[in-house]
Amino acid sequence: MSAAAPGLGKILLLVVSRDLRLAVRHWDQVLQPLVFFVIVTTLFPLAISPALDELRKIAPGVLWVAAMLASLLALESLFRPDVEDGTMEQWVLSGQPLSLLLLAKTATHWLLAGLPLVLMAPIVGTALGMPQSVWPVLAATLALGTGSLSVLGAIGAALTVSVRRGSVLLALLVLPLEMPVLIFGARAVDLAMHGEPVAGPLNLLAALLLFFVSLGPIAMAAAMRISVES
Amino acid sequence: MSAQVAATSAQPQLEARAVHLWRGEKHLLKGVSFALFAGQLLQVVGPNGVGKTSLLRCVAGLLPTESGDIVWRGRQLPAERDDFHQQLAYLAHVNGLKTDLTALENLYYGVAVRREVSKDELHETLQLLQISACADLPVRALSAGQKRRVALARIMLTRAALWVLDEPITNLDAAGIALFESRIADHIKNGGMVLTAAHQLLLQGQPGVRTLELH
Repeated sequence: MSAAAPGLGKILLLVVSRDLRLAVRHWDQVLQPLVFFVIVTTLFPLAISPALDELRKIAPGVLWVAAMLASLLALESLFRPDVEDGTMEQWVLSGQPLSLLLLAKTATHWLLAGLPLVLMAPIVGTALGMPQSVWPVLAATLALGTGSLSVLGAIGAALTVSVRRGSVLLALLVLPLEMPVLIFGARAVDLAMHGEPVAGPLNLLAALLLFFVSLGPIAMAAAMRISVES
Repeated sequence: MSAQVAATSAQPQLEARAVHLWRGEKHLLKGVSFALFAGQLLQVVGPNGVGKTSLLRCVAGLLPTESGDIVWRGRQLPAERDDFHQQLAYLAHVNGLKTDLTALENLYYGVAVRREVSKDELHETLQLLQISACADLPVRALSAGQKRRVALARIMLTRAALWVLDEPITNLDAAGIALFESRIADHIKNGGMVLTAAHQLLLQGQPGVRTLELH
C-alpha cells in the first residue's frame, strides 16, 4: 500500500531544506546568536582594558567562551517548536530513523548558529588584537568545535524539551559536557598565537567531532522518545 | 471492566489485549481490549478524561502501557515498530503543522519524509477537501477548520493502512464533516482501518463501523 520510500539522503536534505526555509521566515531570530557573540566579545575591552597587548592574551578564551554561549542560545528553539506543534510526534511515528531526522535538524542548527560564528570570529579576533596569521587556526578550531557543541547541545535539548522553561536546566546540563571542546579549542588558538604547532589539539577536536556525530544521534533519538512519550 | 468488542471475521490486523495504563495516581485504562479488522472503523467513545486519547497514544506507540499487548498483524509491538509506523497515520489534537509554512509546503514536508509525492497529488488532495484556495497561504492565516482540513489531507496522502485519529472532526463545519466521512468510507471500503476517539459518531449504522465504550 505504501509507495517508494525516500532514501536516507533524501530525508536529510528534506529536513535541512525545511528548516532553512523556516529560518528564512524567522531571520531576525536566526541573527540573534551572532549579534550576541559580537556584543559579548565587545564587552571585554570595555571591562578589562582597551590595550591590545592585554586583550591579545585573553582573546582565545574570550572568543571561545562567547562562541559556546552563543551556540547555547540558539539551542532552546532547536526542538521545542516542533515538539509543541506536533511535528515531532509525526516524525517519531514516521517509520523513518528518528536519529537521522534529528541529526539533520542539528546540522541545520550548525549552519545557522555555528557557521556564522566561524566566519565572524576572525573579524572579532582582530578587534581583540589577534594577528592575522592565527585566522586559519581560529576558524578551524571553531568549525570543528561548534559542530561538537551543536551535537552535545542537541542531546541536552532533546532531554529537556518536555521540561517547562528548561533553558537554564539545558545550560547546566550541557556546559559541563562541553568543557573538553572549550579546552582544546582555546588551547589550539593560544598555541598558534605563540607560533607553536597546533596539530595536537586540532586532531583531538576533530576526533571529538567524529565521536559526537557518530554516537550523538542515537542519544538524541533516545532522549527525544522519552520526551515525546509522556 | 471489560470493553470487549466481538470479533467477526478472519484474523484481526490490530489488536489490544487487556491494556492497563496508570497516569499518576489514576488507573486510567483498566484492561481495555479490542480487535480491528481490515475494512473497519472503530470509534472510541466515553466522557472527557476517560482515557480515549491515552488509548490512542498507546496504540500508536507514543505511550508505553503498564501491561497488556498491542499486536499488529500478529506481531507484538514495539518489536516491529518501524514497520508498524510505516502503515500508520496518526492525527493528534494538535495538527502538526508549521504556521510559517504554506499549506502546500506543510503537506509536502509532512508526506515526503515517508514517501515520494508529486505536487499534483498534493493539489488534488487539497481540492478534494475543498481548500485549494489555501494552498499558498501560510497556515497561520487559515481558520481552525481549514487547518484541520490540511491536517486531514496529510493523513489521506500518507497512504497508510491504519488511521489513528484523535477527534478528527474538531473545528470542521457540517460540509467538512460530510466530506471527511466520505473519505473514511472510501478508506475502509478499500480495506483500510480507522481508529478514532470521538464525541460525535461518524458513519453510524454502516457496515464495518463499531464503537468501543470506555468507562
